[in-house]
Amino acid sequence: MNAPVVFEGIGASPKRKEDLRFLSGRGNYTDDINRPNQTYAVMLRSPHAHATIRGIDTAAAAAMPGVVAIFTGADMVVGSLPCGWLIHNKDGSPMNEPGHPPLAQGKVRHVGDIVAVVIAETRPQARDAAEAIAVDYDVLPAATSMAAALAPGAPLLHEGAPGNVCYDWHIGDLAVNQAAFAQAKHVVEFELVNNRLIPNAMEPRAAIGDYDRTTDQHTLYTTSQNPHVIRLLMGAFVLQIPEHKLRVVAPDVGGGFGSKIFHYAEEAVVTWAAARVNRPIKWTADRTESFMSDAHGRDHVTKAKLALAEDGKFLGLHVSTTANMGAYLSTFATSVPTYLHATLLAGVYTTPTVYAEVKAVFTNTVPVDAYRGAGRPEATFLLERLVDVAARQTGIDKLELRRRNFIPADAFPYQTPVALQYDSGDYQSTLAQALKTADWDGFEARRAEAAKRGKLRGIGISTYIEACGIAPSAVAGALGARAGLYEVGAIRVHPTGSVSVLTGTHSHGQGHETTLAQLVTDRFGIPLSQVDIVHGDTDKVPFGMGTYGSRSLAVGGSAMVKAMDKIVAKARRIAAHLMEASVDDVEFDRGTFRVAGTDKTKSWGEICLTAYVPHNYPIEEIEPGLDETAFYDPKNFTYPGGCHICEVEIDPDTGICSVINFTAVDDVGRVINPMIVEGQVQGGVAQGIGQALLEACAYDASGQLLSGSFMDYCMPRAGDVGTLSVATHETLCTHNPLGVKGCGEVGAIGSPPAVINAVVDALRDYGVTHVEMPATPAKLWHIINSGRRAAAE
Amino acid sequence: MPQVTLTVNGKTHTVEVEARTLLVELLREKLRLTGTHVGCDTSQCGACVVQMNGDSVKSCTTLALQAEGASVTTIEGLAKPDGTLHPMQEAFREYHALQCGFCTPGMVMSAIDLVEKHPQGLSEHEIREGLEGNLCRCTGYHNIVKAIGAAQEVMHGRSATLAPAHAAE
Repeated sequence: MNAPVVFEGIGASPKRKEDLRFLSGRGNYTDDINRPNQTYAVMLRSPHAHATIRGIDTAAAAAMPGVVAIFTGADMVVGSLPCGWLIHNKDGSPMNEPGHPPLAQGKVRHVGDIVAVVIAETRPQARDAAEAIAVDYDVLPAATSMAAALAPGAPLLHEGAPGNVCYDWHIGDLAVNQAAFAQAKHVVEFELVNNRLIPNAMEPRAAIGDYDRTTDQHTLYTTSQNPHVIRLLMGAFVLQIPEHKLRVVAPDVGGGFGSKIFHYAEEAVVTWAAARVNRPIKWTADRTESFMSDAHGRDHVTKAKLALAEDGKFLGLHVSTTANMGAYLSTFATSVPTYLHATLLAGVYTTPTVYAEVKAVFTNTVPVDAYRGAGRPEATFLLERLVDVAARQTGIDKLELRRRNFIPADAFPYQTPVALQYDSGDYQSTLAQALKTADWDGFEARRAEAAKRGKLRGIGISTYIEACGIAPSAVAGALGARAGLYEVGAIRVHPTGSVSVLTGTHSHGQGHETTLAQLVTDRFGIPLSQVDIVHGDTDKVPFGMGTYGSRSLAVGGSAMVKAMDKIVAKARRIAAHLMEASVDDVEFDRGTFRVAGTDKTKSWGEICLTAYVPHNYPIEEIEPGLDETAFYDPKNFTYPGGCHICEVEIDPDTGICSVINFTAVDDVGRVINPMIVEGQVQGGVAQGIGQALLEACAYDASGQLLSGSFMDYCMPRAGDVGTLSVATHETLCTHNPLGVKGCGEVGAIGSPPAVINAVVDALRDYGVTHVEMPATPAKLWHIINSGRRAAAE
Repeated sequence: MPQVTLTVNGKTHTVEVEARTLLVELLREKLRLTGTHVGCDTSQCGACVVQMNGDSVKSCTTLALQAEGASVTTIEGLAKPDGTLHPMQEAFREYHALQCGFCTPGMVMSAIDLVEKHPQGLSEHEIREGLEGNLCRCTGYHNIVKAIGAAQEVMHGRSATLAPAHAAE
């Protein structure tokens, strides 16, 4: 141990432990797994957005080579795929919650709804047979847009949801809100759309069902962000399999961004069918299926108005949103436009009254649910666009307007009018740092230089907050969550002192195997190579709620800290015994136990070995072994925030908008691994730029998905995303033991309004107050050219 | 069923395939080389890129029978037998150019071909344009571009060792 030790603890950026296997082709993703005697499933999906099924003829298909079994909704009568959040209407009544059968029961409600599953010896055989199934559809009129679904006489999706409404919810005191508007000097009104997105994790979803008849044991391998939640939802609600007979494994998962949180029909289908055919069944989506079956994101239409005093102080905000649920309620869908959106509408501002109403609507489209940021990007886009519009309308500088309304750094904890209590933040500082990094003051010179080249240059800003570290169980429960949202960490110290951590969180790109191990290294003083993180298997990890809402470190890491506290407390008692000292006198600091004020010490290794070889041991007082588990339920959400600045250049001849510079200064609390935090923010910003400039999910009026492939849905490519300048400014979370806030979503939350504010700024001479996302070249070209024509006339 | 004989990572295989079998299916399902991934069905994402006879190809858009007599290198064949990584693999690790790892094999294979075909060196802009056929949803490409920029210096012998990521910032 005399070799110089490279610090690998909190604040260091060691190279990731997971990289070697990913870079060598040794990752173990779900589709890489093959079970003995495995069969292959292909889902037959509805080509219609809305139809009743008069009959399904599987006879010809069943006779085809290699076919093992074909099941339809008539065979698979099981529980409904559940929704995890119960939202109440304005009148207190519960939301409409129609069922979601894994295989269609007599009716299909979106293109991609599953009608039958074909199981065959090979994938091509299953595909061939699926094409031979004859389904007799009675095609019904479809309601694809929210406007169409809410129109009088609209086609009805579910008997149990009159008017296609899921709920009509609100938050805030309307009378107080109206009084604020009555006093206002300025009222700024604004309407905008938050465009529907398709998450497109690079790994398509996959699932393998396996069953052992001799033990009645079911195993599901699946591309999931939260295997324990899938076990709970599928076991308890859909298939009625008790937990001890159901193992869910989420091995390496190739990106999630929210889309792999939810319990999907295919998981239940392969698990159920594997027991029927008594063979393992693998299903892997092709990308076309992903487009029409992964939960989509966003899709809000909002009317907002902001009341301002003469000096620009915000007096009140009123928001009316309609939110698309798609054809069925996905696992988290109902919480996204309500508790993850409306509660963030105070933003970083002291607005004293906020009233928000949200109507959730069923349409004949793929279910919509959480996608990176989930509700908070929608709130941020609305607020930060609204503030820019207000700045223009009142003539107050957009930076000054923000500064005047910021919650001051000394006002924390700060209670907003929409339920949340922010614990910490320093918005003036993140703004100042971002302005300096982006050289805001030098912008006009750059604009002039661009103009000489014939380019339209614009700069845009967004100052945002989000609530993550989801979630305090009692608070979430009061808001309608049907589960607890704590996290679990087990620290298993081995006899020679190395450590396995069993965590209920799940890494699908976030680098938990490195970051979480750094917490252990930092606390126990052992090298990173001596710590392994185990996740993604319900048979190994005691319990967990998984990874979403930037919760892994804030909640899962905190559970690990609690478990490490227990380890240290027990280890100190062992050390006290060995050193014949009082426990209270034994100090522990990164690998060494010391009797305070003496040179008597014991090493980490000696204590670990003693715990497992308890020859000289306080056996009457404590048990052998060093293995502790902790559940951690957070006291509050965490509140990362910051400032994003985007600079764009638009070519007026082509309409192409290029991101020239992007600056992000984010307060994510204490940073454990700066390299990984930068990577998370860069990735989030790229997704935000994608939403702002490129990505649009489009349906036609009949419910056909027009953007159903990478040929039609424009994903950000390397040439679309410029250099990203990412920095952090720490204020610590005050209520978790690590002081961390979470960094997974900030990039996608803060960036879209910064980009669009920059686009609008670039087009300021064209009479434009808003450009709906995505700001495609065609859209911008038309704006510029109609402006040119107007100027010419 | 037709047969195809090809060399993969230096080892020759003769495999029975259907006429419609894709090269990626042969690699993943017949040879169990699961490092090559399938991320789409329209030849857009590049997760399936391998080298065939010295060129990068999308193995999801190549029939297995087209690889008759070919020499194919996959991500599994890049490192030396002693485990020493290819400079591009090392650069991706050094620069944190991967997160979930799913696009990574194809991204690395494309990047190697891109660098090999441009011995004069690539600018940042050229690297970005050269990655047109590879999608990554996690990284925002920033670190991938930096990694390729650093790796090309080693691959072309202009630098003996990889520039450390923090010095390059």
